[in-house]
Amino acid sequence: MRPAGLKPPPKHAPRRLHSEADLRTLQRLMMHAIVQPLTADDDLAPRWRDGRPMAEVASEFIKPNDRLTSFERLQIYARGYWYRVIDCAYDDCPGLRALLGEEKFSALIRAYLAKYPSRSFTLRNLCARLPQFIREAPRWTAPHTALAHAVARFEWAQTVAFDGEARPVLTPDDIADVPPAKLRLALQPYLSLLALDWPVDDYVLAVKKRDALRGEASHAVDHGLRAASRRTASRPRRRRVFIVVHRYNLQLYYKRVDAVAFKILTALAAGRPLAQAVAAAGRGVKPAPVRDWFATWMELGWFCRWK
Amino acid sequence: MPANRFNAFTDYGIGIGLRVPHYAHILEKKPVVDWFEIISENFMVDGGRPLHVLDRILEQYRVVQHGVSMYFGSAEKPDRTHLKKLKQLVKRTKTPWLSDHLCWGSVDGTFTHDLLPMPYTFAAARRTAEKIRYVRDCLDVPICVENVSSYAEFHASEMTEWEFLSEVVERADCGILLDVNNIYVSSKNHDFDPYDYVNGVPVDRVGQIHVAGHTKFEKYILDTHDHPVLDPVWKLYAHAIRRCGVTATLLEWDDKIPSFDEVHDEALKANAFIGGARAARKPAQAARA
Repeated sequence: MRPAGLKPPPKHAPRRLHSEADLRTLQRLMMHAIVQPLTADDDLAPRWRDGRPMAEVASEFIKPNDRLTSFERLQIYARGYWYRVIDCAYDDCPGLRALLGEEKFSALIRAYLAKYPSRSFTLRNLCARLPQFIREAPRWTAPHTALAHAVARFEWAQTVAFDGEARPVLTPDDIADVPPAKLRLALQPYLSLLALDWPVDDYVLAVKKRDALRGEASHAVDHGLRAASRRTASRPRRRRVFIVVHRYNLQLYYKRVDAVAFKILTALAAGRPLAQAVAAAGRGVKPAPVRDWFATWMELGWFCRWK
Repeated sequence: MPANRFNAFTDYGIGIGLRVPHYAHILEKKPVVDWFEIISENFMVDGGRPLHVLDRILEQYRVVQHGVSMYFGSAEKPDRTHLKKLKQLVKRTKTPWLSDHLCWGSVDGTFTHDLLPMPYTFAAARRTAEKIRYVRDCLDVPICVENVSSYAEFHASEMTEWEFLSEVVERADCGILLDVNNIYVSSKNHDFDPYDYVNGVPVDRVGQIHVAGHTKFEKYILDTHDHPVLDPVWKLYAHAIRRCGVTATLLEWDDKIPSFDEVHDEALKANAFIGGARAARKPAQAARA
């Protein structure tokens, strides 16, 4: 499998570098060697794509020294790459890790990054395509693929809420003169609307609490604490929930909303004018709660000008 | 040499890296620090806490940007979105100079997030220098390129690393961020004399120096930034300061990060060497006056 976005590797390394094209060829070859998955022992794969020994390929472009072969020198970089990106995914996905267990999570992340290596200058975006990959390759998360997908979406929404763009907040005065039939309200770019079949917000909070306790327990001698830290957060039971992942005063929050409120927010996010968005929520919607919801949402700064 | 056009004629003294575990201490206690180095990419975000913290730091301290993903040595062109975000940050921090590494790390828009070594060839030097000039012109700020630590060498190389560094900076007309720990690490991994390296670079282009800790393994040394600076590196630093004169110096400590005070105290050890250079400079200045 060729990593998404990378052009095929050259058959051989250039013997001399006379041009930019030669430099690109050498770099593309080394890049392919580094991002190909490691073996189960975290070694560089012994064979190259064309069946040649990897040691032979490495020796084409990397000098050995009296302590390390070309293969071993290349392996330092391959391990460095994989350990770095796996560490990053571990930090970004504590819920998914707890759900799948260390071994399965590691296999998932390695498979994900083998297909979708980083396409961004920042590691912040490393797990952006993880929910998509979980759908595409369910075998890594079976039999809990749907739940894993929900947790991955929720965890990516947290990254977005942490440092996503905040546009100027709309005030009541900004919209006072616009009739509801024409008023479009955009949601803040850092905000995510998630309709999920599991209460993953509670689950991820429980995992974080457990991990925090585990951190404390590592400095403690209290056996009760140690025992508590070994308990895993139990898998959530299926239940439809509507969550808004957002930030307020620079802190991350997960706010549960009513199904009707969620419909309104989704319609607004899709660009429907206010009157249509409220109508889309159904005939039974009563004005009083809708007024309260909007008051809260305005206060939380969720709305900005529609572009 | 201490203050030159590659560090915007500043004399910044001794700084440390701004790291998350120290945010609360810095914002609450407001310790006296000459300057902070930030990793540009950590603040090339669209909003939220990182930029809020940065703005508070900027109210109190001098900040210099250090990048890890410009990849001057990559064959591909610089990414416009990346440059745009970096330029926004440069405007925010008013960094007097900006540094990034003499390395590559991306191909076809795929990133390793590593500092991969260059083949030391004239063609690569030409390409790298072009890219540095392009980035400098876009950002409108002096640039210093940092030598990386490396674990591999290429058959294609045509010169030593310090000759390559010199070739690049002369062609690009840019500065050098001389990382003496990286020189030491690479010297052990590739069996050269680190003093030849320091003696071989154009000292008038050195705008900043890095020191850091490393880890020894059986067959090679790894640049880990998780230790105090080791004695051979301080000795090499002393030699570099003798050659370069008083130069803005920064301690990098990125893993197993201890308390703020421990990191700062480690950085301030550089004063023992800078002090001598500063004292030597005074009589010369007096004589000129």
